[in-house]
Amino acid sequence: MLDAALIEQFRSIVGQENVLTSKVNRVTYGYDATADMPKGSPDVIVMPTSIDEVQRVVNLARRSGVALYPRGAGTNLSGGTIPVQKGVVLSLQKMNKILEVDAENLTAVVQPGVVIQALNNAAAVHGLMYPPDPGTVTTATMGGSVAENSGGLRGLKYGVTKHYVMGMEVVLANGDRVRFGGKTVKNVTAYDFSSLFVGSEGTLGIVVEITCKLVPSPKFRRTFLATYKSIADAGNTVSGIIKAQVIPATLEILDNMTIRTVEDFAHVGLPVEAEALLLIEVDGMAEEVVKREAEEVIRVVKENNGELRVAQSDAERDALWSARRAALPALASLNNTVVLEDATVPRSRITEMLLEVAEIGRRHKLTLGTFGHAGDGNLHPTILADKHNADEMRRVHLAVDEIFAAALKYGGTLSGEHGIGLAKMKYLGNEIGDTGLDLMRSLKQALDPTNMLNPGKLVPLAQEKEAVHAGH
Amino acid sequence: MLATNPSTQSAPVYDDLSALQQELDKCMHCGNCMAVCPVYATDKTEAGVARGKVMVAQAVLEGELGLDEPEVVEMLFNCLVCKSCVQSCPTKVDFGRIMLALRAAIVRKNGLPWLKQAIFGMLRHPAMFDRGMKLGAMLSGIAFRDAGQQAIAPRSPFAFVGRYVNFDENRLLPALATTPLRDRLPELVQIDGAKATAAFFTGCSLNYFYPETGEDLVSVLKENKINIAIPKAQACCGVPVFVHGDLDTIRELGRRNLDAMEATGAEYLITGCGSCGGAWQHEYLEIFANDPVYGPKAQHWAARTYDISTFLVDVLKFTPPTGRVEATVTYHDSCHLKKTMKVSREPREILKGIPGVTFKEMSSPDACCGSGGSYVLTHFDTSTSIGQRKVDDVARTGADTVATGCPACMMQLFDNLHRFDQPQTVRHYVSILAESYRNEKKH
Repeated sequence: MLDAALIEQFRSIVGQENVLTSKVNRVTYGYDATADMPKGSPDVIVMPTSIDEVQRVVNLARRSGVALYPRGAGTNLSGGTIPVQKGVVLSLQKMNKILEVDAENLTAVVQPGVVIQALNNAAAVHGLMYPPDPGTVTTATMGGSVAENSGGLRGLKYGVTKHYVMGMEVVLANGDRVRFGGKTVKNVTAYDFSSLFVGSEGTLGIVVEITCKLVPSPKFRRTFLATYKSIADAGNTVSGIIKAQVIPATLEILDNMTIRTVEDFAHVGLPVEAEALLLIEVDGMAEEVVKREAEEVIRVVKENNGELRVAQSDAERDALWSARRAALPALASLNNTVVLEDATVPRSRITEMLLEVAEIGRRHKLTLGTFGHAGDGNLHPTILADKHNADEMRRVHLAVDEIFAAALKYGGTLSGEHGIGLAKMKYLGNEIGDTGLDLMRSLKQALDPTNMLNPGKLVPLAQEKEAVHAGH
Repeated sequence: MLATNPSTQSAPVYDDLSALQQELDKCMHCGNCMAVCPVYATDKTEAGVARGKVMVAQAVLEGELGLDEPEVVEMLFNCLVCKSCVQSCPTKVDFGRIMLALRAAIVRKNGLPWLKQAIFGMLRHPAMFDRGMKLGAMLSGIAFRDAGQQAIAPRSPFAFVGRYVNFDENRLLPALATTPLRDRLPELVQIDGAKATAAFFTGCSLNYFYPETGEDLVSVLKENKINIAIPKAQACCGVPVFVHGDLDTIRELGRRNLDAMEATGAEYLITGCGSCGGAWQHEYLEIFANDPVYGPKAQHWAARTYDISTFLVDVLKFTPPTGRVEATVTYHDSCHLKKTMKVSREPREILKGIPGVTFKEMSSPDACCGSGGSYVLTHFDTSTSIGQRKVDDVARTGADTVATGCPACMMQLFDNLHRFDQPQTVRHYVSILAESYRNEKKH
């Protein structure tokens, strides 16, 4: 426990009602959405309502030598917000104002606690949208998704969070407030600080304001669902569509295990013998273009032996989407623990990766289904296990090790969109090597020399080096 | 239709907390409940939302937190049991069950607080409760002033006292009826050429606060050639005490109600309140799951219970109304009507079919209004902040009438619309249909 005088000082900064210390509150800020993680227990939860308050909280925490864990809605899947070393959870959820939607410059300025969907609702009034759409779009905050560099289903065509952040204001560990970037499309002044802080997982500074890019909402779209007797046919469809110079907004894949589970769970009329399913959506501002792209999609699907269903109305589109939407809930219903990974490979290696992941599951006698964003190579191998069964959990951990090794073997990456956090830190050196780890430590050392911000995440420090090598 | 969920067939969770583990395990703490939880929308803390409460329940089962620690109890009662989270949960965690099982466990361990004992005890004696409510209606003139629209507001000395239980002088309450609904109606309303007999379970709110709405419901059934049994032996459904963990009282009330309805020999049971209908369709099944006598009776009636709208639209194919009612109407989905009884299409179909009615959908029509039964009394500020969002959504439609299907929502909407200076009238949708039937006779 922190001493009472320190807690009193936090109260004097943010107000009595914005400091939580009860046992119940400490239990409820000890986790995030990641399965199979240790629970933390913070000493106190502080909820500032202004940048000035954030700055004073950071200064007080630094002077007192306590850790700070910035947190949005706590929906991340990397253990990134778990307060593993006690200290202060800095909840930014009460800084939730949309400061501006600028339809002339196609930008918005938001506080970090704004929920992504709220920004989309505000943008929709102007016919605009904010494209990054992680599965948690109705709950996750902008600050959290910037810190995690979230992706989503539209990544292939529209990119991910980093492509939409134009500038921000950050409170650094030393208490300085820094602003950089802005509303201009072009800006090469100074280092590209936005790129440094996007995806920094709360380890380099506290993002307190974000200027982001908006785009016009597409006016036309066509949706298809294709099923295949072989994964190779599905994989060839993916590369065939791209080769035909069509960039779909959505190009999602479900494997056989996922298809069977979804059908069992939601009864949406899927062929349970299919080895793979693709959900494809093309969109755009011009009907003619969308129509041509749709024709190309139909041609490529047929050439690759796919069974095609085409949505003719919004209701039919909804029906086609229901299979994809049910993927995670259906798999999750099979057991009490959902280990959801996001190993990512170059698009051209999707078929090999899918086959290898299924083989890893079989080898370790695990229930494993894979779905994900085939268009950008970002797969979600999902293992369902019983957390009360130690032997099964041991096999889960072995399988996860092998899935990451496979992703790297095919020239991919450990994480496409969930981040490293606590969950994947031990694998980090396998991808970026010792020199990469040293570079990360140099940056961390320069910006947060006392390791106060989100300690134990993303950056394996010297004392954690042993653990990292043990993971090799 | 019978509820066939096997886990509800033997539901020991209300009598043994450890049986809750299986339900808690379903939660993958994704946090999707944050998008819809009305308490979370107001206070923005994890302890407000279902995910946080599930984690606290887990900590209780693991012995890390004590079930009866004051802060745990406080957290458990800071929930309206609106079940919005249940509706949007990807893994179908039945959070309503978790919440009620925890509350029942607290009562099992520590008993009911004396005030709840006194109030709930009265419900077990319907004759005494009935006399009390009528006496209250007669005396209400002393404590309350007439605020129009059959509403009352506390007079000043009482408003002063009332502030301690969150009844300020601005609070509008429906007037207690001096003659309750069940005293206005015979035990059997018989129609020439009746097609069937339905029993009407009035519930307390329609009986004591909105008897005219109850009469409208009866008139609509008469219009559709249905005999109506309204047994005087029926009592409170028990949900208001169940949400406080009082399993003994809801079981006693449930047995009384099941016996009363059995005596009518009716083919259907009709409700005009989502909480009452939910009790007949779900809660009685659960609390009598292992009762060899009342379990089968609960199953019999669960399969025959309909909200009046479902009965009219899906069972009867009701007589289309032809009388004009000039009104621009928006519809608020009562939580228990939509999320427990799964009724949302039918009231809209009825309203849209009434000549003269312009229907305007509000944004988030199924967001909770903040009533939560007694939640409004115990958590007035949160409740009013939730109510204010609902008022804003109503106001943006430009409607002059808010229809809903639950008397508790009617009270909350009525009070909050007035509080935030909105002019809309609040009506049960069945009253608008009854008015249309009445108007066609005028011509």
